Amino acid sequence: MESTNTFEKQHLLSVQDLHTSFFTDSGEVHAVNGVSFNLDEGEILGIVGESGSGKSVTAYSIMQILASTGKVVGGKILYKGDDLTKWNESKLDKFRGKCVSIIFQDPMTSLNPVFTIGNQLIEAITLHTDKRGAEAKARAIELLSLVGINEPERRLKQYPHEHSGGMRQRVMIAMALACEPDILIADEPTTALDVTIQAQILELIQSLQKKLGMAVILVTHDLGVIAEMCDNIIVMYGGRICERGTASEIFYNPKHEYTKGLLRSIPNVKDMKQRLVPISGTPINILNLPKGCPFCARCENCMKICLQEPPLEIDINENHKASCWMNIKAAFEGGCV
Amino acid sequence: MSTPLIDVRNLKQYFPVKTGLFKTEFLKAVDDVSFSINEGETLGLVGESGCGKTTVGRSILRLYEPTAGEVLYDGVPVTAKNIGRMRQNMQMVFQDPYSSLDPRMTVEDIIGEPLDVHKLYENRAERREKILTLMDYVGLNAEHATRYAHEFSGGQRQRIGIARALAVNPKFIVCDEPVSALDVSIQAQVINMFEDLQVKLGVAYLFIAHDLLVVHHISQRIAVMYLGKIVEMGKADDVNYTSIHPYTQSLMSAVPIPDPDYTRQRHRIVLQGDVPSPLHMPTGCPFRTRCRYACEQCAQEMPPLTDRGGGHMVACWVK
Ligand SMILES: Nc1ncnc2c1ncn2[C@@H]1O[C@H](COP(=O)(O)OP(=O)(O)OP(=O)(O)O)[C@@H](O)[C@H]1O
Ligand SMILES: Nc1ncnc2c1ncn2[C@@H]1O[C@H](COP(=O)(O)OP(=O)(O)OP(=O)(O)O)[C@@H](O)[C@H]1O
Ligand code: SF4
Ligand code: SF4
Ligand SMILES: [Mg+2]
Ligand SMILES: [Mg+2]
Repeated sequence: MESTNTFEKQHLLSVQDLHTSFFTDSGEVHAVNGVSFNLDEGEILGIVGESGSGKSVTAYSIMQILASTGKVVGGKILYKGDDLTKWNESKLDKFRGKCVSIIFQDPMTSLNPVFTIGNQLIEAITLHTDKRGAEAKARAIELLSLVGINEPERRLKQYPHEHSGGMRQRVMIAMALACEPDILIADEPTTALDVTIQAQILELIQSLQKKLGMAVILVTHDLGVIAEMCDNIIVMYGGRICERGTASEIFYNPKHEYTKGLLRSIPNVKDMKQRLVPISGTPINILNLPKGCPFCARCENCMKICLQEPPLEIDINENHKASCWMNIKAAFEGGCV
Repeated sequence: MSTPLIDVRNLKQYFPVKTGLFKTEFLKAVDDVSFSINEGETLGLVGESGCGKTTVGRSILRLYEPTAGEVLYDGVPVTAKNIGRMRQNMQMVFQDPYSSLDPRMTVEDIIGEPLDVHKLYENRAERREKILTLMDYVGLNAEHATRYAHEFSGGQRQRIGIARALAVNPKFIVCDEPVSALDVSIQAQVINMFEDLQVKLGVAYLFIAHDLLVVHHISQRIAVMYLGKIVEMGKADDVNYTSIHPYTQSLMSAVPIPDPDYTRQRHRIVLQGDVPSPLHMPTGCPFRTRCRYACEQCAQEMPPLTDRGGGHMVACWVK
């Protein structure tokens, strides 16, 4: 979770100054602009932020499954110390199968409607493990029961449309677990689901994470889900990390104007009738990123320097870092820089 | 007691569904639902996907011909005959600000259309003035008037949709997931606008949303639906903090709360299983297939909604 330092211990995953762009007709889209973070075994890391802030693109960069127009244009992604942006396709295939898996928001887009659940699950197992035939089928049944699907043998013969949204998401999780990954990336895994089903899926991810000891990267725009699930949180805006820290630091001691605004714009659970304070303005146009802080156009406390230079990330305390000039100004005024 | 603005009585909305070559069954999307909304009040409507929330809204506005039951507006029954005139009082705002507006129309034309339909102006100047007033209500600039819908952001389009709904000066608006498609930071702008309009114009809302925190925030009262029926209804705080129905209890306990200390120590009642298909409704209480308190009586008869004090209505045999 700490920013990168090459002398530190080796992390399971270390993303260092990642820049990812899309090359479109209207120009280069700088979707991710210098994102760095580490992930360790057994950690649940939450990534939250505005729509279009680069959460999914960060996740897809790690998986190396960007659209054909997309490219990692800078930085490193170290998996157990080895930079995977330099790997060839066959090495990446193995990595995607054995080390890291992803589940998406809409399970229907990732499940093939013309094949049975069994076909697809068993294919994933034979692709990523050395289990074959009856053994692969047994594993499929085991995985379905692991994710809480009853009558797994009967379910294997069914097609995706015969399952509810919650059940399809369970099947997706079962497929993602087929290879026993070290890292599970969940991109808005419950956004399409009802609250009660969401609770089931989140509980499932939590219990599997404990049981299997995987690390989880949970991407969501739902602050409630983040609060419930994550040890550490990254807040993104405009392709950058604006703040990172433990859940209690981010929720109770936010130090970036966007995070503060986000928390004020949702109902206050301690006083439900309290008026919301919206963040003014509209989300940024990523084709036309400001030179300085990406949040400057919407920030009430924007200063001259914010327009000119992207804020440096500084330590708020040992569990918390933020990139906002206000903190640097406060530190100067307090005489501790 | 004074007449409620909206009085829904035993509303039923069944849809015919072909289940075989010669077989048609009825899907009971809304099954005997009654509630009322007072002038200037917000009633929140929540429940799982497919439980019938949108159908309730559409039936009130007679976008469907109800199978049974009636809706009274200010004491007057809404009928197929008078609905044209009634639409001046009752409007709807939809979830998707992208598909509900014609991208080739200017903002002025979109908001002006209902004014034209109901002939609500004397001359062009008055039409224009009304449009600008409406735009001002919802926080759109006058210079936006001649721009096209597709040039606007999601939050702005939702404002255009709301200005259009307000054009006829309605006393009641069905808001069907009006902020779900918007970014969190933009949702607050639109929610505040709904609240301000209520204070300023005295409109009543039926506010449908799946974000229970938002519903609690904006509503004075909340109704909880399950498989076409209202299972609990009452003051927002009562339904949230002291819910009685087992379904509401598990629903409320499942809402992710953006407060790590609180959320990690509370007890979540995780429901097993999925919602049954509305085509194969269980007998008796619709929730009994997932209810941990279900007893024999629950399988036999649907429990009636009864007042547990202060208008807190619950439909359950056990609780
Ligand atoms: N294939 C693509 N071509 C061009 N631009 C893209 C492509 N995919 C993503 N982008 C752009 O990259 C930026 C980051 O997108 P990303 O999907 O990571 O956002 P996000 O944070 O996941 O948002 P959301 O919460 O809406 O899922 C956006 O501005 C998006 O428009
Ligand atoms: N025109 C229709 N014809 C047939 N069935 C319908 C029709 N409209 C809705 N239904 C069915 O009626 C039930 C209630 O649907 P409705 O759209 O009212 O649910 P909802 O509570 O609004 O759900 P959501 O939260 O997903 O919007 C569902 O089972 C739905 O499939
Ligand atoms: S760096 Fe400046 S513009 Fe950015 S959030 Fe901080 S105060 Fe606002
Ligand atoms: S009536 Fe019976 S089944 Fe229905 S909610 Fe009450 S206890 Fe549960
Ligand atoms: Mg995304
Ligand atoms: Mg609906």
